[in-house]
Amino acid sequence: MSEDKAVTIPARSEGATTLTKDAAPGETLLKVTGLQKHFPIKKGLFQRQVGAVHAVDGLDFEVKSGETLGVVGESGCGKSTMGRLITRLLEPTAGKVEFEGKDITHLGVGGMRPLRRDVQMIFQDPYSSLNPRHTIGTIISAPFKLQGVTPPGGIRAEVQRLLSVVGLNPEHYNRYPHEFSGGQRQRIGIARALALNPKLVVADEPVSALDVSIQAQVVNLLDDLQQELGLTYVIIAHDLSVVRHVSDRIAVMYLGKIVELADRESLYRAPMHPYTKALMSAVPIPDPRRKNTKSDRILLKGDVPSPISPPSGCRFHTRCWKATEICKTTEPALIELKPGQQVACHHPENFEDQAPQDTVLLTVAKEAAELVADEVLAESAETSAAVAAEVAEVAAEVTVAEEAAESSESPKGESQESTDK
Amino acid sequence: MTELSKSGAALGEPTSGSAAPTSFLEVRDLKVHFPTDDGLVKSVDGLSFKLEKGKTLGIVGESGSGKSVTSLGIMGLHTAGQYGKRKAQISGEIWLDGTELLSADPDHVRKLRGREMAMIFQDPLSALHPYYTIGQQIVEAYRIHHDVSKKAAKKRAVEMLDRVGIPQPDKRIDSYPHEFSGGMRQRAMIAMSLVNNPELLIADEPTTALDVTVQAQILDLIRDLQTEFGSAVIIITHDLGVVAELADDILVMYGGRCIERGPAEKVFYEPRHPYTWGLLGSMPRLDREQQERLIPVKGSPPSLINIPSGCAFNPRCPYADVPKDNVTRTVRPELTEVGSHHWAACHMTQEQRERIWTEEIAPKL
Repeated sequence: MSEDKAVTIPARSEGATTLTKDAAPGETLLKVTGLQKHFPIKKGLFQRQVGAVHAVDGLDFEVKSGETLGVVGESGCGKSTMGRLITRLLEPTAGKVEFEGKDITHLGVGGMRPLRRDVQMIFQDPYSSLNPRHTIGTIISAPFKLQGVTPPGGIRAEVQRLLSVVGLNPEHYNRYPHEFSGGQRQRIGIARALALNPKLVVADEPVSALDVSIQAQVVNLLDDLQQELGLTYVIIAHDLSVVRHVSDRIAVMYLGKIVELADRESLYRAPMHPYTKALMSAVPIPDPRRKNTKSDRILLKGDVPSPISPPSGCRFHTRCWKATEICKTTEPALIELKPGQQVACHHPENFEDQAPQDTVLLTVAKEAAELVADEVLAESAETSAAVAAEVAEVAAEVTVAEEAAESSESPKGESQESTDK
Repeated sequence: MTELSKSGAALGEPTSGSAAPTSFLEVRDLKVHFPTDDGLVKSVDGLSFKLEKGKTLGIVGESGSGKSVTSLGIMGLHTAGQYGKRKAQISGEIWLDGTELLSADPDHVRKLRGREMAMIFQDPLSALHPYYTIGQQIVEAYRIHHDVSKKAAKKRAVEMLDRVGIPQPDKRIDSYPHEFSGGMRQRAMIAMSLVNNPELLIADEPTTALDVTVQAQILDLIRDLQTEFGSAVIIITHDLGVVAELADDILVMYGGRCIERGPAEKVFYEPRHPYTWGLLGSMPRLDREQQERLIPVKGSPPSLINIPSGCAFNPRCPYADVPKDNVTRTVRPELTEVGSHHWAACHMTQEQRERIWTEEIAPKL
């Protein structure tokens, strides 16, 4: 189908500008505190609850207007559940979701309806997310009908405009989903999400079902739409290279928790959480010249533990090569170690150790370390030492300055305290 | 041994004629067509390649390019007439270690399958039987080809599970597939396919269903096992990262045909087909500075019922008009040698392609 051409966005016709609601860029659009979702496991005749899957277990983050937050993690880490919680397709067990300052945590179906205009979702599988018995005209116009909105120029004209926005032929209004390829179906899903001019679009694995060449088309389309329409995205994906390409900030999840949340550059240049580091080193690099340089890859032992009974303390301690006693007993808080980089770890990479008094490795850590090349360990020890020295120097200077000014604690002391809580 | 001389050995020019080849595996002009109500689906339409023992060939392409059909064709899994009453139409020659498989007696091929050649499938949950324990399935695979007692076969199965890194193999052997995680299932399947020490291993998207950290474990395992057993490996994937990790040679498929093949280094650093350029440009890369924009291939893959005339890639090719006289739309390009052991099927002249690659494409990647 030749109409599926390179991505260009036709100028929005004057009359067609529906409901423009611009939040100033940089303002907090979505705020999540202590978000939890536990799915009960029921057994027996009386369906007594015998346990719970801790799918999402305490998330705190913000999404600013106009930015893209990428969420990565392995399957089962709770990233999709998180997406469904912030779009309120699921009701949180605990915690709070605020959208534009309004608490939407426990709104009912009716209460959410006006908000559905502002928060939209793009689903992973373009085959199961489109009703096969509806034409794409019906599918894309459904949001208007449900919300009782009549765009200027009529629904049909608006749907056709949306089709051309996403790079499809407007004349295909009356076709059925099966007549389209995977990439085109994903565009239909995007057109539907954009119909009501939302502020926040949550995309759950928007490109993972597509072929590489089509993936790039859709990634570019999302990019263009963001610039054109000032959208805010939360993009959930498992592919680290795609996430790096699209995101401004990235949250790395492991077993229902955010272990690191940082802006793109810092995260990819100097990941602090050992899990982030392992995750990034595992991505196969499309460069045959590096084929035999196996050394910088960190292989993790075994599988992700069950979210039914997650490990105590730091959830990564069962597979981490740096784990010590404190990791087993105390859960590290997600704190900002560097500007723009929040990490939940007692022994971060590329930064000074948060629990230097605890040096004895757990036995599991010793086993895990066998899979990590010596150079990587040496290098990480070096950088940590260097950063620690730097920080100590700064702290010393600060103390000198403070003594002169009779001021309060050093920044090092502060961060130390918050970890020990 | 340099990269180039190592990989060069695994690939030669396509030969015609029916003399028994010297290579371990040689596929000549393989065609697999499926008759359907809508027309003839030409999934594989004239594919030739060679593979030596101890080498890895990576087959890359988008969905519907014929990669999996090729692998099932080599394994002889198309002839059973599983498409209702209609059978797949297969022609060409597949030589495995001196035997031509397509004309061979099905019983003979059955003896080879599992023993000489084995396959790792993409989705271990549907490839393993949910009703039998992992152990029973591995033991069965072993006893079909070896006349040994159940006890000996079980011992062998435990050994294999241990080799692929399943903890407590003597206990886990009695588990059912659903009790394993995705990565463990894939390990179990690898154990099953390697239990007879096959000389040819075909891995069809072995890591696509897995998480990246597990993928790293499995790729590592396949690499180690290959060194240990010295088998020939065909790895089929859409992920250029995975082929770059494993393959000595790469074969790029489009619309059922090979459009470029050569040593991995050549295909990545001096690709000579616009589709390969497209694949390289579509891929966000972690090892490079952030690209401003990806360079996608426009359009979508062709329908295998109506493969475009001329070069199958011409409707999506930005350079379709570079060769004169509209030749891209009328004449199908044949593979021509563009470097040592490096072949590409494109109407543009060598100089044109070299110029476009070095001046227009490479700087943007």
